Amino acid sequence: MNTSTIIFYAIAALILGAAILAVTTLKIFRSAIWLLFSLVGIAALYFWMQVEFIAAIQIVVYVGGIVVLIIFSIFLTQQSGKEMDKPATGKMIFSALAALFGTAFTINLISHYGFNNISAAPFNPSVDEIGMQMLSTTSHGFILPFEVVSMLLLAAMVGCIVIAMKPTEANIVHLNKKED
Amino acid sequence: MNEVPLTHILFVSTALFFIGMYGLFTRRNLITMLMSIELMLNSVNINFVAFNKYLFPDKLDGLFFSLFIITIAAAEAAVAIAIIINLYRSHQSIDVDDATEMKF
Repeated sequence: MNTSTIIFYAIAALILGAAILAVTTLKIFRSAIWLLFSLVGIAALYFWMQVEFIAAIQIVVYVGGIVVLIIFSIFLTQQSGKEMDKPATGKMIFSALAALFGTAFTINLISHYGFNNISAAPFNPSVDEIGMQMLSTTSHGFILPFEVVSMLLLAAMVGCIVIAMKPTEANIVHLNKKED
Repeated sequence: MNEVPLTHILFVSTALFFIGMYGLFTRRNLITMLMSIELMLNSVNINFVAFNKYLFPDKLDGLFFSLFIITIAAAEAAVAIAIIINLYRSHQSIDVDDATEMKF
């Protein structure tokens, strides 16, 4: 039991505790804050695994982007101090049972599999290595998914604006004319 | 560093996935359901990075999968929140039980 091991179990406890509170607390704003802690814990787990670039991306995109977006939409759509209704007891029991059985089943499978091809080769996830491989056009490069994902982001951005846009008077008149 | 076996990291991600599933089953509010989905996506990311680090350290494919999953999750969250805001505008509520017009 050295320091690294203790740090791992502390991070795991933080992630799971914050996640459980995020899905069970009845105040929606608190739920968002617990989700924030869970995501920060996952970033810490990436730092512990020495993949600093993914950890940085996790903090920038999830903590800085998605959680802020979620909190923003909470403020837009409801009174954040109000408590949500408690889920029905039967549903809660059956969901908890399903989750527990699923966890037990998967943990049983994992612990009996015994990964015996653990490799000791050096792991080099440095930023220049990732960048070279992501933009390489050889057979091990990821330039095609990179470009496709950039198109997806553009499409998602345009789609969000169109969906969330309030229809103006001129637009409504235009649409009505089209229908006639 | 290698004192913690791979299976323990997988235990953490399994537990996180099923916590997210529990949230998805019990919550009736669209924003909290979206939060549960984010938890599930994150547990998958942990799996990809851990497998990459422990089993195939000479390649970086798992890291690229996590990067693309994070990107797509961001796009998905943005579209979902646009839909939620639009739903709130027409129904004055984001409870899934209040939006049943298309239910068969």
